[in-house]
Amino acid sequence: MKTKLMTVAVAAACAAGAAGAATLDDVKAAGVLKCGVSQGLPGFSATNDAGEWTGIDVDYCKALAAAVLGDANAVEYVSLSAKDRFTALSSGEIDVLSRNTTWTITRDTDLGISFVGVNYYDGQGMMVPAGLGIKSAMELDGATICTNTGTTTELNITDYFQQHGMEFQLVALENSDEVIAAYGSGRCDVFTTDRSGVAAERLKLADPDAHVVLPETISKEPLGPSVRAGDEQWMKIARWVLNGVVEAEEYGISSENIEEMKSSENPSVQRILGVGDNNYGEPLGLDAEFIARAVEQVGNYGEMYERNVGPNTPLKLDRGVNELWTNGGLMYAPPIR
Amino acid sequence: MSSTTDSDVQPKGERTGLAALVFDSHARSLFFQAILALIIIGMIYLALQNAAANLAAQNKEFGFDFFDRPSDIQVLTTFGTWLVGYEAGESTVFDIFMVSIANTLIVSIVGIFFATIWGFLMGIFRLSSNFVLRSFATIYVELLRNIPLLLQIFFWAALLRLVAPSERGTYGTLVPGLFQFDVKGIYGPYPIVEPGFWMTIVAFLAACVGAWFYARQAKKKQDATGQPSPVFRVSLALIVLVPTVVYLITGRPITLEWPNFVTEGPVFRRGFELGIGSYIAPEFMALFLALFTYTAAFIAEIVRAGIQAVPKGQSEAAAALGLTDGQAMRKVILPQAFRVIVPPLTSQYLNLTKNSSLAAAIGYPELVAVFAGTILNQVGKAIEIIAIVILVYLTISLLTSAFMNWFNNRVALVER
Repeated sequence: MKTKLMTVAVAAACAAGAAGAATLDDVKAAGVLKCGVSQGLPGFSATNDAGEWTGIDVDYCKALAAAVLGDANAVEYVSLSAKDRFTALSSGEIDVLSRNTTWTITRDTDLGISFVGVNYYDGQGMMVPAGLGIKSAMELDGATICTNTGTTTELNITDYFQQHGMEFQLVALENSDEVIAAYGSGRCDVFTTDRSGVAAERLKLADPDAHVVLPETISKEPLGPSVRAGDEQWMKIARWVLNGVVEAEEYGISSENIEEMKSSENPSVQRILGVGDNNYGEPLGLDAEFIARAVEQVGNYGEMYERNVGPNTPLKLDRGVNELWTNGGLMYAPPIR
Repeated sequence: MSSTTDSDVQPKGERTGLAALVFDSHARSLFFQAILALIIIGMIYLALQNAAANLAAQNKEFGFDFFDRPSDIQVLTTFGTWLVGYEAGESTVFDIFMVSIANTLIVSIVGIFFATIWGFLMGIFRLSSNFVLRSFATIYVELLRNIPLLLQIFFWAALLRLVAPSERGTYGTLVPGLFQFDVKGIYGPYPIVEPGFWMTIVAFLAACVGAWFYARQAKKKQDATGQPSPVFRVSLALIVLVPTVVYLITGRPITLEWPNFVTEGPVFRRGFELGIGSYIAPEFMALFLALFTYTAAFIAEIVRAGIQAVPKGQSEAAAALGLTDGQAMRKVILPQAFRVIVPPLTSQYLNLTKNSSLAAAIGYPELVAVFAGTILNQVGKAIEIIAIVILVYLTISLLTSAFMNWFNNRVALVER
């Protein structure tokens, strides 16, 4: 891992052209989108039994590839630890980072990357063994806590315990499988990460029912994709593909009914799908139907959610704040017009 | 020499002007070295310019002012946090840097110490005439040095979690009456030094000086009369007995602070109370065990090679002179073996230090895990931080080499 960091640093120092501009041209020339994903977080980015990457973050990569290259499968997935992800992006090793990453001001300004939006509104949660009878995070004084190194959870948990005048020990590990293994062995009393992550990692334990998730959400974790800073065109492409799939859900366009919708009279639907004279892709260096392709090949935001993390998946996460704004949630995409 | 070759090849006479320069080997070599130097300078310049341009493109500035930033990261209680007195929220990034260096150094020093002892033992066992010892050492060496170190670190981490009691409030005994352990760590007494202990230290130093004088006198006596003196036993007695007596006379100025195991109150407050007694994190133990057993396997081979490099005639000659096996080993074989052993031993020490960076995988907060990991992630100064980490490892390695070279010069056989 040390060598990896070194390579990244050297790459950052030497790869002048790669980190420059025109990511779109590079991606088109390569014919494949290099997408940074996690080391395996069920529901977000993980490999299934067939060895294919699935998850809501993976679906975003596919949508972007479909919009830019016309093929949702033209994606090369790069599995990254929480620690290496930003350097991998800013050095040009990947074109887009879609790896359950929290959008914060430091990351948006200091790390040489730009966030394009939010594809999952999350918050940090905690899990403890059910047998201890702990009901609230306020009872955690003196606990040993396991988490991933290089994450916002590492900072939030320190803030939270200091605020409430509680003491704790932190064991920060690099690989999420090691984190849950350390928790499972009793090395730590508490497991903490984003609530969606807690739900996903809980399934890896020997007896998931012997562990409870505490009610407190101790932080805001807006998770979203990010791109390298300094390439405005590529950032806007990434942003509007994300907005596009949310807009598509709002106007009822899904991968199943998209053919019928193309003949819709609704001007908003026509604008999203690039029907008629509508061409919003051209200023981005794309064609008129870039959103239509993403929805057709991958689906709208709602489909991505239900398929990967929704109530019918092992994660069983309700839409909650991730509902569309029209249904009382936070998913609100700027209009396409 | 090459100029004579030139004149051999070109017997027709002196060349003048440019031709003379082209065929002048000295001028030619200067020319190519200048070109090489220019290429290297050009590459460095290009790399620096690219780095500057990329940093500018990413709105990053080169600088080290992040060291003063307050650090709000909790670091696992280890030797480093104890030494620096680290407090999350009150300390700075520089303090974390010091914590991580201290953690790297302590695991390296302790690891090198035990790897040397265990490695020498295994190396001598491999040459033993005892079948059991020899086979054990052979299996040990072949097994340990042929399994990737990262795997061994994971193995020890998992083994410790498996062996240690995981239930809150149950402890296993590591050293009866001294050290207890559970899955969260090893707990033992902490020595509190009281005023007056300095006299014991002075006594210890005085005993060392005394032993040194005695050894010198004994050597003179042996050179003059051939009478050996029991140097080892006398020195040991001096160094152990004198400080002990002084320690007892001054009224035992060290008290042991025993760990306090809380049994009541909030659930997570029960068990070992931080700050009372001493504590060793299991992550340290896993890393230490993995590093020292792995490196010892290599050291064993170095020691075996060193001993076998001494011609058999040397031990036969020693036996003919009437030296016992132990004397022959100490006075004849080892001094000659050392000059073969020490240089590769240095490499192993350097390897162990550098391998400690694998600790990031199991969460031991050393230089790469904390400084090149967590801190790099928070402040985003990849070039600066990686450069610092390189410098730190380079400094540690060069200091180790310098010490080992000095040691090598001392023990190397002086040829007459």
